Formats: sequence, C-alpha cells, structure tokens
Amino acid sequence: MVSTATGASEPDAVRQKELVRLVRQDCGSCHGMTLQGGLGPALLPASLRDKPAEGLAATIYYGRPGTPMPPWKQFMSEAEADWIVQKLMSGFPQ
Amino acid sequence: MRLVLSLFLVLFLAACAGPQVRGTGDLGLIIERASGHVTLVDTTTRQPYARIGGLGDLSHASAVYSRDGRYAFVFGRDGGLTKIDMLEAKVVKRVIQSGNAIGGSISQDGRIVVAQNYTPGGIKAFDAATLELLSEVPAEYAPGKFSKVVGLADSSGNKFAYALFEGGEIWVSDFSHPKQPTTQRFTAGSQPYDGLVTPDGRYFLAGLFGEDGVAMLDLWQPEKGARKILENYGRGQEKLPVFKMPHLRGWSVAQGKAYLPAIGRHEVLVVDVATWKEVGRIPVRGQPVFVMARPDGRQIWVNFAFPDNGKMDVIDTLAGKVVHAFEPGKGILHMEFAPRGENVWLSARDDNKVLIYDTTSFARIGEIAADNPSGIFFTTRAARIGF
Repeated sequence: MVSTATGASEPDAVRQKELVRLVRQDCGSCHGMTLQGGLGPALLPASLRDKPAEGLAATIYYGRPGTPMPPWKQFMSEAEADWIVQKLMSGFPQ
Repeated sequence: MRLVLSLFLVLFLAACAGPQVRGTGDLGLIIERASGHVTLVDTTTRQPYARIGGLGDLSHASAVYSRDGRYAFVFGRDGGLTKIDMLEAKVVKRVIQSGNAIGGSISQDGRIVVAQNYTPGGIKAFDAATLELLSEVPAEYAPGKFSKVVGLADSSGNKFAYALFEGGEIWVSDFSHPKQPTTQRFTAGSQPYDGLVTPDGRYFLAGLFGEDGVAMLDLWQPEKGARKILENYGRGQEKLPVFKMPHLRGWSVAQGKAYLPAIGRHEVLVVDVATWKEVGRIPVRGQPVFVMARPDGRQIWVNFAFPDNGKMDVIDTLAGKVVHAFEPGKGILHMEFAPRGENVWLSARDDNKVLIYDTTSFARIGEIAADNPSGIFFTTRAARIGF
C-alpha cells in the first residue's frame, strides 16, 4: 500500500520542481494546467478536501482502472506520489 | 512646381499614415498556454509580427478563423472566447462563455461560432460578428445527467457533429435556424474522447477510449446510424495506460487511406477510406497524439504523449513506414504545416520555442521564441472543413 507518511522523505528541491512541472503540464493535459479539471476531475484543495490522502496517492501511483487515469509508477516513487497529494490538498505550487 | 511638390508630400504622408494593405492568407497564431498570450506570425517571412495578452487560461486552447482569414476565434480552457483581428493585431471582443471549455468550430457560412464545453457540458452558438449568444444545446443525455462534449466539428448546412464522453453518443445539431437548433442523437460507444470530420465533410468519426474501436457516422445518410470501425484493434492484449489522450482533429487522409493514432499503443493505424477496414499498422516510437498529413498527403508527421514528447516520427505514405525520426526539442505539443506543406512548425513547449523545419530536407530553417507554446493555427484553416 501507499504510505501516508508525509515529510518523512520529501523530494529534494530539484525533484520537487520536476514534479510540479509534471503535474502542471502532463497531469494538466487532462486535469487542466490550473488543475480546475478537464476530461479528468478538478484537483484543487476544495475538490479534494473530503477524499482520503492515501486513496489519492494510490490513484496516482496505480491509476484507476475503468477510467482514463493511468498509473504513474514508472515516473515516480510512492513517497513522491504522497508528496504530490499533500501539495494538491494544501494548494499546489506554481 | 511648389504646388506639385506639396501635393507629392501630402500623398506621401497619406500613404505612410494609411493602413498597410495586405492579405491574410499567410498569417497565423501561436498559443502561449501558460501566460495567456498569442503570438501572431507571418508564414512567408517566418517571423512573428505581434503579441497579444490577456486571453486567460490558454492550456489546450485552439482557434478557428473567419472565412476571410481576418479574424481568429480563440477558445480558452477557462471558457474565454476571444475574437482577434489578425491585421490590426488586437482583441476585438472577448466573452467568458462557460466554466471549462475544450475548443470550438465555425459554421460553413462563417456566421456562427460554436464552443464546446466540459462544464456545464454542451455547446453554445455565438454570432461570429458580435459574439452574442444565439443558442445553446446542453449535453443532457439522461434526465439531470450532463456530459462533457468532445470532438466538435463543422459539417455542411451549418450542422455541427460532436461526441459526449460520459453519454457515449454522437450528436448532430443543425443551426439552420441559429436560435432554434435541432439535434439528432446516435449511439456511439464507450467514452468517446475526440472526433473529426473527413475533409469532404461526409463522415464524422469519434475515437473511443472505453473500448477498442472508432464510431463512425455517415453525415450524408445519418438515418443509417453510427457504426463501429476498427473494432478490437488491441484485442488479446493488455489495455495499455494512456498518458495523454490522442487528438483526432488534425487528422490525416492521404492517398485513400486514413492514418489514426492507436490508443495506448506505439502504432499508427492505417485504414482504407473506401471500406473503413484496417489495412496496416505502422510502428512508431511512442503513443501518438497528433497524426497529421502534410497538405499533399505524401508525409504523415506524428508526435507523442509523455514521456516520449520530445520525439517526432515522419511516415512516408508511399513507403508505408517511418522514414525520418528525430528529437527536435522538449515537449513537442503541436504542429502546423505551411499552406502547401513546404515547411512545418512545431511547438516545443519546454524549450519555449516554435521550431520550423523544411519537410523535404528535414533541416531546421528557423525558430520563434514563445512562452510555453502549444497550439499553432494558420489562417488557411479558414477554408477547410473540420478545421
């Protein structure tokens, strides 16, 4: 399972920048560059508030069968998926 | 003598002050997705000539042109619809028409601009002259259930065909009476993700994400209903993750064959347009996003989804295989051919450049600086069905 520990192994600054770009540009092709949604749902703090972080991280890492959401595990670690969820829920960096 | 001289001077000054007379056939615009700008370009000099800002969220933005090529209608992701004067290089009018939009189209007679929307799902028709709302067709496929609209394309008779992602249907709305559109519905299949109309305006095709295959509707004989082609093209194989939805809009018919991106697979599917049967597959180096024919149909250029979005493959339609493969830059999102195809412009998002290549020698012949460029749209689209 994906761990929900946050801050335990935060990606370094260079990697954080890469992940932010990945989310904005590549996740953004379905979820919108401003993360307000597109073919995929919005990923703004308000739209994620009631969802468990663990489930969201698992969706990023393993994808969601039956929907277009692909698994991203070949491009990031589980800890990095956790970090993305934590940032999405608190307001994603530009 | 003095009179003649001053007359000459007056004429000379008038000539300077007056607008420069020029056509619009060699103009275009580049979407700068992150900063809400468009850069206007001249495809003859291969140089930018103006830059316009304040267009909002332009991620996934697209543009269509008035039939004289003078005005561009830019559809932004945030629901913004902006009319740009390509000659005076300025915004003529801008409206926010929805919460979340995904492109649009213009009618055969050039009088109606239609936007397709995700939120609230449906299409809206605007007067091309004033951007006044004429009518709307909500994509309510079941009571209280609205669908995202994809693949909107113009067809003859001021009709527009489009597909409903959640609804699994193709709809054709007739705007002969722009304020009272009528809509026909056809069953398409699971999760249509994009659509296109053939260059003659006859067939509307909707690519299906939820199942292997493409739904096709003959717009000349809609009473026959939509049917599926290319069924089970990935049969027997594990469903592959798709890191970016392919786009069908810039699609390709060349030499009697259609070239389509295979969902998830590193292949371009080749279909005989007479029978709509698959006649071949061409292996490429990633998941195809745009599969676009050079205007003469001799070449097909293919770009790819993340993580292969720095690559381009060029298929020779005579040889039936990739004849040139290269890595022009980082984040190649879109391409547009010069009107007759002697060069192609590629947007390299992560290099902040648009790169111009000669399509015969494959040499890079120029580049234009642009901030996170995505779509490139030339005015020659004004005269093409489905563009």
